[in-house]
Amino acid sequence: MSTEARDITYREAINQALREEMQRDESVFLMGEDIGHFEGAFKVTRGLLEEFGEQRVVDTPITEAGFTGLGIGAAMAGLRPVIEIMTVNFALVAMDQIVSNASKVHYMFGGQVPVPMVIRMPGGAGHQLSAQHSHSLDAVFAQVPGLKVVVPATPEDAKGLLKTAIRDDDPVIVLESEGLYGKRGPVGGEDHLIPFGHAVVRRPGRDCTIIAHSRMVWVALAAAEQLAAQGVEAEVIDPRTFRPLDLDTLAGSVRRTSRAVVVDEGWPECGIAAGVAAHLYEACFDWLDAPIGRVNSADVPMPYAKNLEQAAIPQPDDVVAAVMATLAREVPR
Amino acid sequence: MSGSPPPVPPPEEMREIFRAMTLIRRFEERAAEEYMAGRVGGFLHLAIGEEAAIVGTVSALRPDDPLTSTYREHGQALARGTDPRAIMAELLGRATGICGGRGGSMHLMDIERSFYGGYGIVGGSVPLALGLAWAARYSGTDRVSVTMFGEGAAGQGVVSECFNMAGLWDLPIVFLILNNQYSMGTPVERAAAVEDFYPRAAAYDIESWKVDGMDVLAVRAALSEAARLARDERRPACVELLAYRYKGHSMSDPDTVRAAEEKERWKARDPLVTFERVLLGEGIIDADAIAAMQAEVDEVVDDATTFARESPEVPVSELADDVYAQPWNDDPRGSALMRP
Ligand SMILES: Cc1ncc(C[n+]2csc(CCOP(=O)(O)OP(=O)(O)O)c2C)c(N)n1
Repeated sequence: MSTEARDITYREAINQALREEMQRDESVFLMGEDIGHFEGAFKVTRGLLEEFGEQRVVDTPITEAGFTGLGIGAAMAGLRPVIEIMTVNFALVAMDQIVSNASKVHYMFGGQVPVPMVIRMPGGAGHQLSAQHSHSLDAVFAQVPGLKVVVPATPEDAKGLLKTAIRDDDPVIVLESEGLYGKRGPVGGEDHLIPFGHAVVRRPGRDCTIIAHSRMVWVALAAAEQLAAQGVEAEVIDPRTFRPLDLDTLAGSVRRTSRAVVVDEGWPECGIAAGVAAHLYEACFDWLDAPIGRVNSADVPMPYAKNLEQAAIPQPDDVVAAVMATLAREVPR
Repeated sequence: MSGSPPPVPPPEEMREIFRAMTLIRRFEERAAEEYMAGRVGGFLHLAIGEEAAIVGTVSALRPDDPLTSTYREHGQALARGTDPRAIMAELLGRATGICGGRGGSMHLMDIERSFYGGYGIVGGSVPLALGLAWAARYSGTDRVSVTMFGEGAAGQGVVSECFNMAGLWDLPIVFLILNNQYSMGTPVERAAAVEDFYPRAAAYDIESWKVDGMDVLAVRAALSEAARLARDERRPACVELLAYRYKGHSMSDPDTVRAAEEKERWKARDPLVTFERVLLGEGIIDADAIAAMQAEVDEVVDDATTFARESPEVPVSELADDVYAQPWNDDPRGSALMRP
């Protein structure tokens, strides 16, 4: 029986998911830098050390490769580690463990041993942190077979997808958004699980499909508001997970609207928007009335100066312009 | 340590050391104010309390010895002689900043002064310093590469890799572990199996030792010896400085983890106050001269702040400049891939 939904933040939603899954399953433990006594760089793990003790909420040295690999080994032994990498930027240090071990062990050894682990990491730009701290590496993880990749945009999804991730028998990368931790929304109770591979329509519309995930959902929704004021009804769809990607829902919408814009905070080259657009061309070519638009961060390392940073990150106006471009290309009836 | 101890610096240099420490302190206090006023964005990591470690190190080096640091590096740039205006302007994200507004507080660089940069990824700058040492030997110069990093960074595997290569190939590098006893909220005893870090370098046949990082002359002496080993004997060295930062990890850290009495205990050994006492005691400076010097430093910091605030923003049209040193077409901004 579901407890009643109430409004909490994205941060609290993740905290709840962790707490509930740790209470439910003793094999779940948390590990990462400053997640225990300091309660997390973003305070996501608040109160968990107190409740579960040092055996299950483990502060590590600054050794991303080491403790991520440790998590993989522990998962191979049957535990369910939830590894926090403080931000996605530091995952690059652990990339060999994630890409060469976590994703491949099950396949490479003929399905002998699963790797039931979660790697949580916040990312994204927008706080003037400059180039080394402003990565959206979703595309990098989405490229790797053997990983599952989860990109929650709301508190409800953050909780439901994380709970599913913890119960999943494969390595799941959960990409949280630093810009969303304070965002509030209704969240279900202990049985609130969201299955992977189910996109959700965030706003219905008929004129163009906007596909956006994580923080970009909110940018797309703001753009849709602006478009509505100009008489254009955009449908906003959030895939919620890459690997698996719910292409049916995306393509279904695009076949109805005949136009699509994909919004992604990552870089344009070989990125999420590029990959999703390629899928849609294959699935919807005969239905399209215009080339699929892409909105990405600028093809540069992220600059520090505020005005440059704003210019580099997708803004609602950029999405509006991209949607308008798909409409302008329409052959007049 | 071997060889004869380096001489105590002459009075003129002692005064310059004191001024550099004072400038760093005042500059950082002002940077904190600018951050609170919302003019500095991103993360701002202050090194207040670590001035002896910084100035003691830089004063022992030659100006052309390549130096790398972490995100806590305003002081290193100031000690190397970078114009405070260009640093403050960088913190405010202005076109006149030392990195043209691209880097911000965490990523200062002044290549003209052989300051090879502050870096945001813990441990990531150490192999760069090894490369600078490699290049120094390769091209037959007697430059010594120095890399400052925290005890937290010492935990990264790449640091051990660098110890091994430096020891294996006898590279002219000084590893400087600034042990301020905390990595963010984690005290050293909860992050390290052994609380001393210099023995890690010793395991790779690198001469290494530990000194009081609150005492600028002790730091200077240790770094002089380390640099001598690297420069004259062509052997890597490692110095661990035991120090303390007074503020939280960054301006966004409320610093609730560390006990008040612990902070007070370390502040009682404030590097500026201790050194001032030495200078006064030895008659190298008097109270009037100190007051005049502090007023002069305040003016420099005021001027830097005014300059930064009045400097223009970086034109958005320059967003894609410098992505490549050698762009593949005449106008990289003309590429359809780049916005705006
Ligand atoms: C690879 C990596 N992991 C984590 C971080 C986040 N982080 C920034 S500073 C810091 C603590 C570093 O402590 P230390 O090396 O002792 O230097 P200090 O900040 O004390 O000067 C951490 C964990 C990072 N920047 N890079």
